[in-house]
Amino acid sequence: MKKKEMVAMLLAGGQGKRLKGLTKSLAKPAVYFGGTYRIIDFPLSNCSNSGIDTVGVLTQYEPLVLHSYIGVGSDWDLNRKNGGVFVLPPHERENGSSWYRGTADAIYRNLKFVDQFDPEHVLILSGDHIYKMDYNAMLQYHKERGADCTISVIDVPLEEASRFGILNTEDDLKIYEFEEKPAQPKSTLASMGVYIFKWEVLRRHLLEDGENADSSHDFGKDIIPLMLADGQSLYAYPFEGYWRDVGTVTSLWQANMDLLSDEPPLNLNDPGWRIFTRNPNQPAQYVAPGANVSGSIINEGCIVSGEVKHSVLFYGVEIGEGSLITDSVIMPKVKIGKNVRIHKAIISENTVIEDYMEIGTQRENEEEILLVDNRSKKRISVAAKTI
Amino acid sequence: MKQLMGVINLDHELDKLNELTYFRCGAAVPFASRYRLIDFVLSNMMRADLESVGLFVRRKYRSLMDHLGDGKSWDMNRKHGGLFILPPDWNDPTDTSQGDLQHYHNNLDFFKRASAKYIVFSGSQHVNTIDLQDLYRYHLEKGADVTLVYKKIEHLQPEHDLCRRIECDEDQQVTEIHHEKDHPNLYLDIFIMEKELFLEKVEYCIAHGESYFFRDVIQKQRHKLKIAAYEYHGYHAVINSLESYYKNSLELLRQDNYFSLFRENPVQTKIKYEAPTRYLESANVSNSLVANGCIIGGTVENSIIFRGVQVRKGARIINSVIMQKCVIEEDAVIENVIMDKDVHLSRERILVGDHKRPFVIAKSSKI
Repeated sequence: MKKKEMVAMLLAGGQGKRLKGLTKSLAKPAVYFGGTYRIIDFPLSNCSNSGIDTVGVLTQYEPLVLHSYIGVGSDWDLNRKNGGVFVLPPHERENGSSWYRGTADAIYRNLKFVDQFDPEHVLILSGDHIYKMDYNAMLQYHKERGADCTISVIDVPLEEASRFGILNTEDDLKIYEFEEKPAQPKSTLASMGVYIFKWEVLRRHLLEDGENADSSHDFGKDIIPLMLADGQSLYAYPFEGYWRDVGTVTSLWQANMDLLSDEPPLNLNDPGWRIFTRNPNQPAQYVAPGANVSGSIINEGCIVSGEVKHSVLFYGVEIGEGSLITDSVIMPKVKIGKNVRIHKAIISENTVIEDYMEIGTQRENEEEILLVDNRSKKRISVAAKTI
Repeated sequence: MKQLMGVINLDHELDKLNELTYFRCGAAVPFASRYRLIDFVLSNMMRADLESVGLFVRRKYRSLMDHLGDGKSWDMNRKHGGLFILPPDWNDPTDTSQGDLQHYHNNLDFFKRASAKYIVFSGSQHVNTIDLQDLYRYHLEKGADVTLVYKKIEHLQPEHDLCRRIECDEDQQVTEIHHEKDHPNLYLDIFIMEKELFLEKVEYCIAHGESYFFRDVIQKQRHKLKIAAYEYHGYHAVINSLESYYKNSLELLRQDNYFSLFRENPVQTKIKYEAPTRYLESANVSNSLVANGCIIGGTVENSIIFRGVQVRKGARIINSVIMQKCVIEEDAVIENVIMDKDVHLSRERILVGDHKRPFVIAKSSKI
């Protein structure tokens, strides 16, 4: 294989339990977002737009959809002769087999894959975040500082800092401590789960960590503290822009809603930084006479005869006459009948909502986002009516 | 083994769509919010799983080639067979062929190399969703030399005037082929025949100085050949003039037309990576088709909006076709207009055409 300056490794094996029914038979990176995307489109498109042409995708939990979705990578321009996208599930080896035991272990078990490209640096990404980022700019920063590891950070409000992995740094952003979800945060620089390592340094520490039976084999919990203890130079790379963890039903819903303002904080229409995705090739969306659509994003293949306000419609959704959809996310191929009311809900792929159903219009908890599929719809709609 | 190969012959198609066809051929004209006319015939051929498809072009094919690429969008980027774009690059000084026979004569290798035994021929101006495998089965069942496809048209339209008609007997055998304007059996510019017979006829035509295969073989020898007629019942529109383009575009807003063109059979086109369309708080859209990548803040009624169009606040678009990446600024008004790609219309401008004769704005204009 041809030598590469940097290879990306994308951790996509997570289950995403807090997304509940959405990840019942789907890995978290394959969860839908923003009317047409899956979460993994963001890191893959960022790689493609940053000129990174070699990406290993580490999969484990429910990989079927994810594997077939990635395919040969042509949608992200990652079907390359030298490099390209590689799907790397756990595999059996001479001395036995086991699942990936942690994020670092997933890389440790693919040392041979990375070694093929003899890279100077390795970019570690996760498949749970919505953001646009130029990894090449981060690499330049990493090289200028001569860092062994550079961790991308985002400034979060102090009151929220204890929800994140927090990096404590000197004034020049040199990291001296990593704290996972600290009760008393000393800094507001949260790790975004985007790391660039010198491969030679990371390799050495992965080997050491791999031998340690007490380790949880996690980048944040084990590898970073190990490198700090070894006196390696670690720097924080400040990122400015939109970045969201969409690990819960509420945060996924909120990130979808963020797209709906007239000037959204995440611009998906930037021709210089497109987010690529598998195109379902649907005919144009049809907005019928008497329909009313405002403050919403709608994908091709939708047929809207009712009213849609402040909502996200994925492809192939149909909304019957007299129905009103507000503050909701409607996933692909959902069929909504006539005179339906849906408020503040996420409707899963392929769900059929019959005429006159009401979902979320009368609720005990205004903060709660209802997650509706074919199994839960009766319970949720009836419950809403009887409250 | 695949028994069918395809030919899309654009040689005889006149580019009569005014500004829309100044710099592109008819087959490359954008249609139905996100397609080009050629997508419909290519998608029909894709569904029929043909061994190879040859595309014969003569003029203004640059934008067509850009659209087609290696045929990947129609699954025609194959190791064996797939899509062949065959422009008129031939330099044999002894060649005396003319018309579309020139294409066939100079591309004999394309036909001979294929192992398929039957060829289905089509143009691009008749938008339809024909099942070509069903046509093939019918052709074999009839034991015909040639099978022609027609549709019985109840209400003939001006754009049908230029189309050929087929008369057939009760056994669906073709008895006459002509241009009588009030005959309802419209020939759809699609036929199927055995490859060997086709090559034999091409050779005969060249030897006799003929120029157009359909006219000089099928029509002229209609009494010598066994010609069957296949009746097609699905969606059909002829796009061969500006008026027919405009009318058939807006007729897609009828749900029965939209469903019959798109519901059963997916139509493939070159993929663009556009975000879904964003409707701002001030958007007011009704009875319209809208592609992805648009940002709509104004009013859109009875219109066809292509990819990446921006309709700013207060702008009004009525009964119009707005192609890719046009920008309609604040408070501009457009009615009965066909706007080609990349047009920029400034604030408060008003463009109104006639509902029978739409006003056409050429590509990349700034108004």
